[in-house]
Amino acid sequence: MENLELFEGSLEVEKITNGWYDKYKNSNYGAIITFIGVVRDENKIDGLSFDIYEPILNNWFNSWQEKAKELKAIVLMAHSRGDVFNHESSYIAAVCSPKRRIALELIDEFVEDFKAQAPIWKYDIINGDRIYAEDRSTAIKGYGLLS
Amino acid sequence: MIDVEFLGPINKEPMKVDISNLSQLREILKNDDEVSTWLDTCAVAINDTLVSKKDIELSSGDKISLLPPVCGG
Repeated sequence: MENLELFEGSLEVEKITNGWYDKYKNSNYGAIITFIGVVRDENKIDGLSFDIYEPILNNWFNSWQEKAKELKAIVLMAHSRGDVFNHESSYIAAVCSPKRRIALELIDEFVEDFKAQAPIWKYDIINGDRIYAEDRSTAIKGYGLLS
Repeated sequence: MIDVEFLGPINKEPMKVDISNLSQLREILKNDDEVSTWLDTCAVAINDTLVSKKDIELSSGDKISLLPPVCGG
């Protein structure tokens, strides 16, 4: 699962994105698009904190890798677990594709589907407390099966 | 026995239950004060695969996970 990397705490953005670029720049991908998520200072938070359920995240990521492969592209992702403070990065996604248009469309779909389906839970860090970000969370497709 | 785990913000330790389908799990969890309010919004996985229907035969050793609403990034 080398194209999906999980880290404790904030992401070392330059190291991760430079690493991806160095690894794939000679693979004849004409377009490499990187999306970097940065924690905003808002709602009096000191930062965000994350729980991840890895087995289902791996399945989700693998299905995206298969989808990208059909388009001769690849997807890459890095995410934090635990605490990430304001103005640091918790999430990086990237697409490498021979074609620009495919890369642009795929990064959009990949990031949006990540938001809606990836088994990651977000908490606001406020005065040292960890508060579930319920109002910004999305129920996973098929929710309510036991209701 | 079936293992049931509660992911993310659901504040509950894993439990073992003697059931053979998800309808039986629903009956148990809807009477559990720590979990009942989560049932409307949780997705369900059996052995780490998300499922969309209840009529699945469970076998001893299966693991059921409840996944509350997510927000990565």
